[in-house]
Amino acid sequence: MLIKLEKIEKIYEIGTVQVPALRGINLNVEKNEYIAIMGPSGSGKSTLMNIIGCLDTPSSGDYLLNQHNVSTMDDDQLAEIRNREIGFVFQTFNLLPRASALHNVELPMIYNGTPAAGRRKMAEEALEKVGLADRMHHKPNELSGGQRQRVAIARALVNRPSIILADEPTGNLDSRTGDEIMEIFEGLHEQGNTIILVTHEEYIAEHSNRIIRLRDGMVERDESVH
Amino acid sequence: MRILIYMWEGIRIAYDALRAYKMRSILTTLGIVIGVTTVITIVALIQGLNQAFSSEISALGTDTVYIQKFPWTMQGDDWFKYRNRPNITVDEADRVKELSRTVSAVAPTVETSRTIKHREKTVERVSITGTTAEYLTTANADPEIGRFFSANDVASNRPVAVLGSEVAELLFGQSDPLGKRVTIGGRKFRVIGVLGKKGSFMGFNQDILAIIPIGTFQSAFGAQRRWVTIEVKAKSPQLIEETEDELTGIMRRIRKLTPEKESNFAINKQSLLLDTYNQLTGTLWAVAIGVGAISLIVGGIGIMNILLVSVTERTREIGVRKALGARNSDILWQFLVESMMICSIGVLIGILMAVGIAKLVAATTPLPAAITWWVAFLGLVFVVTIGLFFGIYPASKAARLNPIEALRYE
Ligand SMILES: Nc1ncnc2c1ncn2[C@@H]1O[C@H](COP(=O)(O)OP(=O)(O)OP(=O)(O)O)[C@@H](O)[C@H]1O
Ligand SMILES: [Mg+2]
Repeated sequence: MLIKLEKIEKIYEIGTVQVPALRGINLNVEKNEYIAIMGPSGSGKSTLMNIIGCLDTPSSGDYLLNQHNVSTMDDDQLAEIRNREIGFVFQTFNLLPRASALHNVELPMIYNGTPAAGRRKMAEEALEKVGLADRMHHKPNELSGGQRQRVAIARALVNRPSIILADEPTGNLDSRTGDEIMEIFEGLHEQGNTIILVTHEEYIAEHSNRIIRLRDGMVERDESVH
Repeated sequence: MRILIYMWEGIRIAYDALRAYKMRSILTTLGIVIGVTTVITIVALIQGLNQAFSSEISALGTDTVYIQKFPWTMQGDDWFKYRNRPNITVDEADRVKELSRTVSAVAPTVETSRTIKHREKTVERVSITGTTAEYLTTANADPEIGRFFSANDVASNRPVAVLGSEVAELLFGQSDPLGKRVTIGGRKFRVIGVLGKKGSFMGFNQDILAIIPIGTFQSAFGAQRRWVTIEVKAKSPQLIEETEDELTGIMRRIRKLTPEKESNFAINKQSLLLDTYNQLTGTLWAVAIGVGAISLIVGGIGIMNILLVSVTERTREIGVRKALGARNSDILWQFLVESMMICSIGVLIGILMAVGIAKLVAATTPLPAAITWWVAFLGLVFVVTIGLFFGIYPASKAARLNPIEALRYE
């Protein structure tokens, strides 16, 4: 079992008002699954992804990642999990604007102390994998939206994480570019990667093997495809 | 290894950030620049003064005292208090020599300034000292070539002169000055010795001088209204206090001062100058530390301010880095390195300016100014302490940011 969520709750407190974003999520994910999370806006998809990605902590419940209990980890341990186990792809790319594509992809390896030469080689390989061999030295503002998202994907997979998380990775792209990005994910899945992505589009969700639908912070439906 | 990688990334980030905000960064460093410039310039000045003075003051000798009308350390209207004192006389010098037991040499000296000529060559404004044979001991005036005048020369008022090296060179060039005739203030003298070169001090050339027997001096240039200094050399530097006490007693006896009367002469010595000098440099140090500290604090606050702005502006960047696995300490160091880099720019500009000022001062004024290797060390200390001290608050603020909130920041 790669991921095991038990009774995960997340409650935001805005002043005295309590906003429950997740209300008891139970979820198991096996290695090499390809999961799409769907649901109406505000149903808690991003909140769930952030918790799985160790960017956020649940208000209550247990989260086991590779048999390690993430809920009890301190900041440094969480940073190491984010670095080694998780590759995050954001809707808004979140690249460093002043750094080249290559340096952006090198970033996760900087934080685990990979020596410069190895770092560069692995970053180049990752960029080749997403078809950007000829754009390595471009800055994000010199790249199209689709190319930026490919850089972000290269960055997410460069440390060979256990799981790749993508929160609406095609949300800021036109449908043709979105399809190209989905092809990359499909390739990654075929190579054995575990992928969870959030989407609003049925045709994107159809790329996956399993669709989880959320409503009001709870799992409404969890079904396998094909 | 890891720490090197983080440091390098920190430097890279800081460099990018500083390049993106050039003007802002340079303005930020202004306080540091002013502080570093002030401190280093003043310290360089003190060092230069030390180099010049220590040789000059030690040339006075720790075992020599000077009986004079005025003390060396006077302030304000002291001069009016002392000017009615009787002048020191050559006779008094003779009595001192007769009566004292703790001294090895006593020499009265008088001074004036005259033109020296040899054939068509002249040297103007030469310092002329009239003294006795024991001046050789009290002033260490051992000639490099020739000899100093003897007690006999002095007793018989012989017209002989010992010249400073520069005077000899200007008058005689390469030829041998010994035995040659010179005219000092219209009187003829025979050169019997030339002193070694001493160089210049505070813009004052110490080699333009001539020494002649005191009797000869008085008959040539007049005996009245001249300030006589009695130079006294103690038997050893350890005995200087005793010598001072003995001389006070002797002078009071000579002048028949009753116990209730104040002494109407001064006994000066090197340590008096040293004390005054130390007071002066102490004041300079205080100014350096004061101005330096204030501008460095102002500069440091400027850096802190700019870093706080920078942390806010780059909240998303911090979020991204944390999402990719940067630990709190990585972010902390990133901003500390940036802080130290801003500081080092300021320190560098400050050092360059101080070097420039020191060069300018040395070139245009007699004040010496010396900047040496310690500048680099001082600079390093500034960078590390100010950078760390004022960077730590903004940096820890950045380090503590929650990753998801930082990523959501608009
Ligand atoms: N930082 C926050 N503070 C307060 N409430 C929040 C915060 N983040 C999310 N919420 C609330 O939690 C609920 C779930 O939000 P979430 O972002 O997970 O929705 P989502 O399913 O991703 O929506 P969308 O499809 O629009 O992205 C919403 O009601 C939202 O208002
Ligand atoms: Mg969302």
